[in-house]
Amino acid sequence: MNKITIESLSLQYSDGTESLRDVSMGIHQNAVTVLFGPAGGGKSTLLRCLNRLNDLTEVKASSGQILIDGENILDPKVDVIALRRKVGMVFARPVPLPMSIRENIIYGLELAGEKRKSKLDEAVERSLKLSAVWDEVKDRLNDPAIALSGGQQQRLCLARVIALQPEIILLDEPTSGLDPISTGKVEAALLELKKEYTIILVPHSIQQAARTADYAAFFLTGELIEYGEGKSLFTIPKQKKTEDYIMGRFG
Amino acid sequence: MKYFFAQNRHTIQRLGFAAITLIAVVTVLPIIGTVVFILIKGSSAISWNFLSGFPHDGMRAGGILPAVIGTLYLTIGTAIFSVPLGIAAAIYLAEYAKDNQWTRLIRLAIINLAGIPSVVYGLFGLGLFVLFLQFGTSILAASLTLSIMTLPVIISTAEEALRSVPQAFRTVSISLGATRWQTIRRIVLKEALPGILTGVILGLERAAGETAPILFTGAAFFLPRLPNSPFDATMALPYHLFVISTQVPEMPIQIQYGTALVLLVFVLTMNVIATVIRSRARARRQW
Amino acid sequence: MEKSLSWREFIITRLIQSSGYSAVIFVLLIFFFLLREGLPTLSEVDASSLLSVRWYPIEDYFGILPLISGSLMVTLGAALIAVPFGIGTAVYISEIAPRWMREILKPLVELLGGLPSVVLGFLGILVVSPFLRIFLDLPTGLTAFTGSLLLGGIAVPTIVSVAEDALDSVPRAYREGAWALGATRWQTIWRVTLPAARSGVLTAVMLGVGRAIGETMTVMMVTGNAPVLALKLGSLFSPVRTMTATIAAEMGEVANGSTHYHVLFLIGIVLFVISLIVNIIASSVVFRARKRAERILS
Repeated sequence: MNKITIESLSLQYSDGTESLRDVSMGIHQNAVTVLFGPAGGGKSTLLRCLNRLNDLTEVKASSGQILIDGENILDPKVDVIALRRKVGMVFARPVPLPMSIRENIIYGLELAGEKRKSKLDEAVERSLKLSAVWDEVKDRLNDPAIALSGGQQQRLCLARVIALQPEIILLDEPTSGLDPISTGKVEAALLELKKEYTIILVPHSIQQAARTADYAAFFLTGELIEYGEGKSLFTIPKQKKTEDYIMGRFG
Repeated sequence: MKYFFAQNRHTIQRLGFAAITLIAVVTVLPIIGTVVFILIKGSSAISWNFLSGFPHDGMRAGGILPAVIGTLYLTIGTAIFSVPLGIAAAIYLAEYAKDNQWTRLIRLAIINLAGIPSVVYGLFGLGLFVLFLQFGTSILAASLTLSIMTLPVIISTAEEALRSVPQAFRTVSISLGATRWQTIRRIVLKEALPGILTGVILGLERAAGETAPILFTGAAFFLPRLPNSPFDATMALPYHLFVISTQVPEMPIQIQYGTALVLLVFVLTMNVIATVIRSRARARRQW
Repeated sequence: MEKSLSWREFIITRLIQSSGYSAVIFVLLIFFFLLREGLPTLSEVDASSLLSVRWYPIEDYFGILPLISGSLMVTLGAALIAVPFGIGTAVYISEIAPRWMREILKPLVELLGGLPSVVLGFLGILVVSPFLRIFLDLPTGLTAFTGSLLLGGIAVPTIVSVAEDALDSVPRAYREGAWALGATRWQTIWRVTLPAARSGVLTAVMLGVGRAIGETMTVMMVTGNAPVLALKLGSLFSPVRTMTATIAAEMGEVANGSTHYHVLFLIGIVLFVISLIVNIIASSVVFRARKRAERILS
């Protein structure tokens, strides 16, 4: 069933960069949906619509709607804070907040009003385990998060999102700065995570897209060109443009 | 176009560099000279009695306690008004304001506030606080006048400090369900604190050394006791130095240098603290 | 809880926003109160009297020309001193000095900016003016020139820090390009770096001069305070009186609401307007330069 339904979504930034044109798609629960395509195609923009992070950017015009569990989250009356707790996001560059590992994890929970130490400790352990970094950091939870390696930092960022127990996790090229081993760990964590969460991933390569996708959507200059099950889309694409892109004949 | 042989060009460069270096030396030496001169000349006047006593014999003898205390009061008073207002204004400019006509107007106003002569602030303080609001010649009126004068320094340094905090921290915090204000309070302000503090101290340093704005708003020529409410006038170090170096005949030179020394140390200490905070924060910064 | 949170957020946001606009309000308030106290002059004193050359308030002579000329003379002298030394020091710090030297010089110059003007005036009375009296064989050491010398010292830190910023922000590629073409560092400074930073350097000069015009205590203490019209070069070495010093010296002794009181506020208006013009021009130069840079970069 569809967790998210996007209906004729269009959007344009004030500075004329990346935009979206009449995008409609449904996103399945407990699966990894991959949004791929050349840079500037609208993938990140779409991600940022899903948790209303675009509110921070100057948007010239937007129309259409995004339904999550049947509720239009683009409605101005929506509680965006609650929305962002429900739809977590991991960014391309790992950004540990300037505080300790533990404080990074509980940052969102504390903001949500959770004060009980036992609950917080539980969340720290659970989320660090789910994102496969617990063994590496469990003895130094009070060290500054910046001291971790890049790969550890990115998994910490993932844990920080999981700690809020969201329903949907958005990942915007989460492994673009990581070495293959760290990338493998993050991808393995995603496979584990999709049992509980709906995951939307902008991969940093077509190989990664093919490896991880349950469903895949190809974006080109703001338009959704093709959308379908990952297996079939990457082996027998229906659209010429998709095929060109996958075969590397693009440009 | 002139043509130089390589030899020639390098001679010119050497001469030019020497000239510029000389200019820099001539500019900087008097600064060191001034400080050292006053330190040497004034140090013999410094004693416990000088620091803790009241002036007597028409200020030709005794100490400068009421002036020191007065300057402390004025500096604190200035901080009370200008620090929260200045930081809030900086937060507005760095975190909330969009780049539009209104924001440009605010920036223009700040630049102009910074450029208004200090004596004009004195006139304004006299007109608004002393007379119109009837605070009288008082610590309150003088502090308010000094606060407005200090505001542009605090706003511009604090804004710069806030802007130097990476944007990614804000985006991440917001994406974790923080409101804009929670993000500012828990992340941005914390990271920008050393920079803000530097600006605040530099602003207050300027206020502590100013004379013209308090001339008609709060400074007293001589008071036999310490002020005991914000509505009292007060003696102040810079004004006291002005008085004893121009208005009192046969003033012992010793006391003049001593007073200048205390004022200088007061101001320099703030300057050094600000510099130390800034360089330590830069060294420790992780981003 | 969510409800109260959003209320708090709303109130804090409003408070921050109104603080943001406070600077505008203060500029307007300052202008308003200067006008309120200064404008009555125009009905109390003839324009011809105001524009005369005699300032002698006790007998109701309110000619402000000597004060304006005094301010101009002292400021001009200060500019002649501060501009070469300020820009020279900025060039030294930004282009010539080794790194460790820069780390020492910048705080030192900043420190000069933090010295209270009353301390400079004090040294002016005790050290500079006796020296000048003997050295230049003058009847008194309290002259426009003494004021210029010290005001130069006050304008220098402003000029150095703004000009140094401007030089520092000239892209390194410009310099490297010039070096690659065989220019010496010295030629690069004069033909490339300084011209590229000229709008910032110009701003630095304007802001420094603006500071000098507005300076009060130092000039009041060392310029001798004689309200005579200063037009000749020779007046540089005789006592003068500036607008700022006049306000500072006389406001304490006038009755509130008297004609003299109103005239002093009128002089305040003149100073306010001058500083407004200087700063608006200086900042528009900066804005234009930034716009141009953005065009080039985009």
